Amino acid sequence: MKHVISVLVENKFGVLARVAGLFSARGFNIASLSVGETTDTTVSRMTIITSGDDQIIEQVIKQLRRIIDVIKVSDLTDESYVEREMVMIKVNADNKVRAELMQIVDIFRSKIIDVSPKGFIIEATGDSNKIDALLDLLKPFGIKEIARTGCAAMSRGSQKNHK
Amino acid sequence: MKKGAEILVESLIKEGVEYIFGLPGAVLCDVYDVLYDSPLKFIITRHEQAAAHAADGYARGSGKAGVCMVTSGPGATNIVTGLATAYMDSIPLVIITGQVPTSMIGDDAFQEADIAGITRTISKYNYLVKDVNDLARTIKEAFYIATTGRPGPVLIDLPKDVLSGKAKYEYPEEVHIRGYNPNVQGHLKQIEKIAERISESEKPVIYIGGGVILSGADQEVEKLAEAINAPVASTLMGLGGFPGDHELFLGMLGMHGTYWSNMAVNHADLIIAVGARFDDRVTGRIDKFAPNATVIHIDIDPATISKNVQVDLPVVGDAKEVLRELNVKVKEKIKKKPERASWFSEIKSWKEKHPLSYTRDKKSVKPQWVIEKICEMAGENAIITTDVGQHQMWVAQYYKFKKPRTLLTSGGLGTMGYGLPAAIGVKLAKPDCPVINITGDGSFQMNMQEIATAVAYKIPLIVVILNNNTYGMVRQYQSLFYNKRYYATDLDANPDFVALAQSFGAAGLRVENEKDFDPIFKQALAEKRPVIIDIKTDKDEKVFPMVPSGGSVKDIMVN
Repeated sequence: MKHVISVLVENKFGVLARVAGLFSARGFNIASLSVGETTDTTVSRMTIITSGDDQIIEQVIKQLRRIIDVIKVSDLTDESYVEREMVMIKVNADNKVRAELMQIVDIFRSKIIDVSPKGFIIEATGDSNKIDALLDLLKPFGIKEIARTGCAAMSRGSQKNHK
Repeated sequence: MKKGAEILVESLIKEGVEYIFGLPGAVLCDVYDVLYDSPLKFIITRHEQAAAHAADGYARGSGKAGVCMVTSGPGATNIVTGLATAYMDSIPLVIITGQVPTSMIGDDAFQEADIAGITRTISKYNYLVKDVNDLARTIKEAFYIATTGRPGPVLIDLPKDVLSGKAKYEYPEEVHIRGYNPNVQGHLKQIEKIAERISESEKPVIYIGGGVILSGADQEVEKLAEAINAPVASTLMGLGGFPGDHELFLGMLGMHGTYWSNMAVNHADLIIAVGARFDDRVTGRIDKFAPNATVIHIDIDPATISKNVQVDLPVVGDAKEVLRELNVKVKEKIKKKPERASWFSEIKSWKEKHPLSYTRDKKSVKPQWVIEKICEMAGENAIITTDVGQHQMWVAQYYKFKKPRTLLTSGGLGTMGYGLPAAIGVKLAKPDCPVINITGDGSFQMNMQEIATAVAYKIPLIVVILNNNTYGMVRQYQSLFYNKRYYATDLDANPDFVALAQSFGAAGLRVENEKDFDPIFKQALAEKRPVIIDIKTDKDEKVFPMVPSGGSVKDIMVN
């Protein structure tokens, strides 16, 4: 089962390696990992998407908490949360298909951020399902390149967990 | 303003450090220049791995953090095994490694290694100090992290320019680390539930591990066991955490544990695990481990709970603190000591069915007999260090450890070559206790150069080599599970260990038959210098009982 784990860590060098190393050393897979500073510049938030049965996830969380640089770990999966990911997609777009492509971009509330004679770069944000759906639709046009950020996630409402 | 090297040495003194184990290197010369005038004693070992093991031996013997200092590059990479050994057994160490100047880090400079990267997964924490202004705080934090919670080794990597750079020196009084707040006190409600469960239990077994020794909970365990009248089984690391001659003691459990302790665990309706981690050498096949028991687990590390065996009642906290509370609750719940007559008679029948035994013969001196003799002659203050292999298991089975911190052995990582350097470290921590390294010919040769260290510092210790000319434990596997197709296990070109000892300036003695043993061992105990005793034993002697790897108690081989 997919789990979204939000981890507050000290914003220091080596911390990412420690967290990622915990996963690799135990053979746990990371589907996506994103990091960024919080309002407190000494603290960063990592959003990790991983999957596994309950016992594995429990272990992952306990092991994460054990890392000295980890300040707080929460599994958002069972809470109400929002997740977003950003992607840039370079897609073939000659004159014949531009109109159709622009329609798709519109429907997905995404943006064209670069135009060249042969193609577009499309920027989209959304949860992973939306991004996957967009990519599926664009595939027939010929995707040249993609860059996905990985998920950032946050619990809804007024919980104080996340700075 | 003080130099980084001065800050380092003064901080070590503030932390109560007496000895630093290590080897020299050019990047550390600023430090030696300060150590020259300091009260700290630097013990130069012959290999950095041994320096880490010696610091580890000092830590296990004294209960304080052991300190080790080595140079950058090869010096640092040589401590990896020592670090991993301490990490697996939760031993507090502070390891200081020299590093090339910050300006050269990442340039593949001479003797550069990314030791922080290399040791990330085998240390409790590590630091690369890039600014001399961070040095004092880092040292304070390192000792705090190493010695609190579940202890472990912490590495501090110090670039040359940090050691020679200057900063204002202020040693912090306190440590604040946002992500590190070990839970020492156990949850009271949970402890009450345990007391209740104990009062309902008919066949309890207490299962102790190294955490009992690390937290100093041995008295509390004894009190609990006596109050609830429960037998106590121990892991290898827990030996000494409960008196080996106590009538409630079952001995070691697990792969080479006693038949009756394994049977007792298998039939128990309640397991009270204290400071133990359900290692695979203990549990064997997980789904067959203690199938009828409610499992209680007391441990300071939440990550060990339900890692291997599903736990019914966990308490996160320091073993000593939790047991102290538990003993109070037990006293309230259990007014009259339970008799458990049928439980003890069951255990007795298992004990009678398959006692620990070996056959003495005229041909050779039996290793088990040697261990019983050492136990008898060395006295209860003696400290035993072992290496890894058959001799280690015979020590665990046949030596009656009565006090905590009297057995020093590499449990988790199983590091051959641990015993001699650890003996050096512990002898410095406990100069009045006889220190005996019981080893095999294979293990001994992994760090035998350290005889020179023991001779140089006039450290009297005894090394007993149970010499069967083979890597015995692997040979035993080949004998039992691979149709005696012995491969890569013979050690036919062993040196003459007696002559070797003498060449180092140590005493070298040889035992060829049983009657030699008494006088030679007495002489060894009286020597004021290191003694190496070579004892020829039979390479076909095996360690029994044995639960084959991945097997359950039902698969136990008794001979």
